[in-house]
Amino acid sequence: MADDHPEEKGGMGEVRLEQLHVELGEFSLEGITLDVAAGEYFVILGPTGAGKTVLLETIAGIHRPLRGRILIDEVDVTDLPPEKRGVGFVYQNAMLFPHLNVFENIAFGLRLRGRRRDVGSDRQIRERVYAVSELLGITHLHHRKPDMLSGGERQRVALARALVITPRLLLLDEPLAALDPATRELLQRELAGLHCALKATVIHVTHDFEEAVSLGARIAVIHQGKVLQVGPPEEIFRKPNSEFVARFVGVRNVFKGILRPAGDGHKLLSVGSMDMAVVTDLTGQVYGSLRPEDIIISREPFRSSVRNSFPGRIAGIADRGSIIYVTVHLSGGGGAPEASPPLDLVCAITRRSLEEMALREGEEVYTAFKASAVHVFPGAQG
Amino acid sequence: MDRRTLTAFAIPGALLVLFIAWPLLRIVAAPPALIWETLLDQEVQRSILLTFGASLVATAIALLTGVPLAYLLARHDFPARWLVEGIIDLPVVVPHTAAGIALLMVFGRHTFLGRVSGLLGIRFVSAIPGIVVAMLFVSMSFLVNAAREGFEAIDPRLEHTARTLGASHWESFWRVSLPMAWRNIFSGAIMMWARGLSEFGAIVILAYHPMVAPVLLYERFESWGLRRAQPVAALMVLVSLVAFVALRMIAGRGSRAGWRMTTRRRREVWGKSD
Repeated sequence: MADDHPEEKGGMGEVRLEQLHVELGEFSLEGITLDVAAGEYFVILGPTGAGKTVLLETIAGIHRPLRGRILIDEVDVTDLPPEKRGVGFVYQNAMLFPHLNVFENIAFGLRLRGRRRDVGSDRQIRERVYAVSELLGITHLHHRKPDMLSGGERQRVALARALVITPRLLLLDEPLAALDPATRELLQRELAGLHCALKATVIHVTHDFEEAVSLGARIAVIHQGKVLQVGPPEEIFRKPNSEFVARFVGVRNVFKGILRPAGDGHKLLSVGSMDMAVVTDLTGQVYGSLRPEDIIISREPFRSSVRNSFPGRIAGIADRGSIIYVTVHLSGGGGAPEASPPLDLVCAITRRSLEEMALREGEEVYTAFKASAVHVFPGAQG
Repeated sequence: MDRRTLTAFAIPGALLVLFIAWPLLRIVAAPPALIWETLLDQEVQRSILLTFGASLVATAIALLTGVPLAYLLARHDFPARWLVEGIIDLPVVVPHTAAGIALLMVFGRHTFLGRVSGLLGIRFVSAIPGIVVAMLFVSMSFLVNAAREGFEAIDPRLEHTARTLGASHWESFWRVSLPMAWRNIFSGAIMMWARGLSEFGAIVILAYHPMVAPVLLYERFESWGLRRAQPVAALMVLVSLVAFVALRMIAGRGSRAGWRMTTRRRREVWGKSD
């Protein structure tokens, strides 16, 4: 190697995986081929046991692939040990060194570098540790031991520890999975912000669909060691290319819209030409998701306390045994030209209600759902 | 636990504790003057120092050789691993006199090793090196197993993280694995050292002289009987006890050990990741 430290060459962090085969105990990856652009926020989505962590660890150099190549910035790093790849890694459980305090955890990578050459004066290390700590708001924790931190604080420290060595590629392995919902949402927004600010390439592994949609510019769905589909979030949930992706992503209604205040504690989410009442603290451009079983169908307009009610026409009826999925094409009227495609709502009803209402394709019906049934989550930036 | 169950469990337990404590108390209850007199006995002093020293050397050898072995056993799956683990455990079950005979057949005066080391001026039979190898043989299992458990309890992902932060495998061992397993290793070393102090069977066959404390005690008992042996025994029990408790306290100091996962907890955590 001409240069032992490619990470300091200021590489952009473009990643290319070519036909990667990995076998590791019960996990195996088969023919993984992926391209991640420099500066991209790329999400790998899959269920537990899909081999997501193994894939990430292989990119980091922890496991050696049986076949295939890993290229970072067009350089083959397949045979490079992890310490020479210039990647940062954050695990689900933060994996802070328990025998070191927060400051020393963050300084860990800098101290190693300092030993090899003369960039590691105590002052320089302090400056860099403080800079990254301020970015993540953890400066006040420097003297604590990891077991005295909350889950969110731990993940922040782990992020700081990975970021302080200015990696060209940041690998995040379920970094939010172990957190409580409030902290998760907060840190998720911070991750998006950090990515914007630092412009590093991020590969983020998760099993959580909404997390993937919120953060990923593109998503790769992986299952049983294989990549099933790669594409922007909307493509994944609008056009799942396989039975598995469709089922894993879930039959659900996801739509993009803009939030407007409504005054009575609710907010209005404008999707195309339709305004639906929702409950959220967020603002701006967001996603909303609605579970098929939270939608009611009837032949008469609703006159109940249900906040959202839209007329539409039945576009399809899919029989899934005990549950019937009815797709209703909402007739929201006109609609802005560049808005998202006309909204189709998938509603789940029981076989009994299907028979009682005698629903057929092409018939006019009314859909209704509560404002609180719409789950609003932040959208991917850019 | 209700009262009756508690009693039912406590009585047999109490009997066992009494069974251990009573003889020890009985022996330590020698007249203090007599113990003091024994302490001034130069032969006793020499043998106690010899015992402590030899066991310390054996422990040091095991630290240098056994800790790397323990790390390998904890982290690497190699073909004959079960065999190596079996060999490590064997000294615990082999009668120690048999261990002494076995050692004699390798380190004896007329064996290959005995002759080679003889040329270098090192003698095992009836010499301190013989005492050290006997102690090492019978007690290293404690250290190796404790160290292995210490390393096993460290989530490998901590080492992986260290690697991505720029540490070579060697550096991640020194900066993460070793400091984290240190408490286990240290307490294993104490156990080993204490076990070495008490060794009699293997030593008596390889090196009756110079006399370590247990051999001296045996000799006094054989030559002069119970009355003369008791103060020596009392002194040894006291000295070992003091040293043992002191080291234990050092090992336990500041141990919050919150991060040290038990084997079961580790499986749970590891089992979750893919």
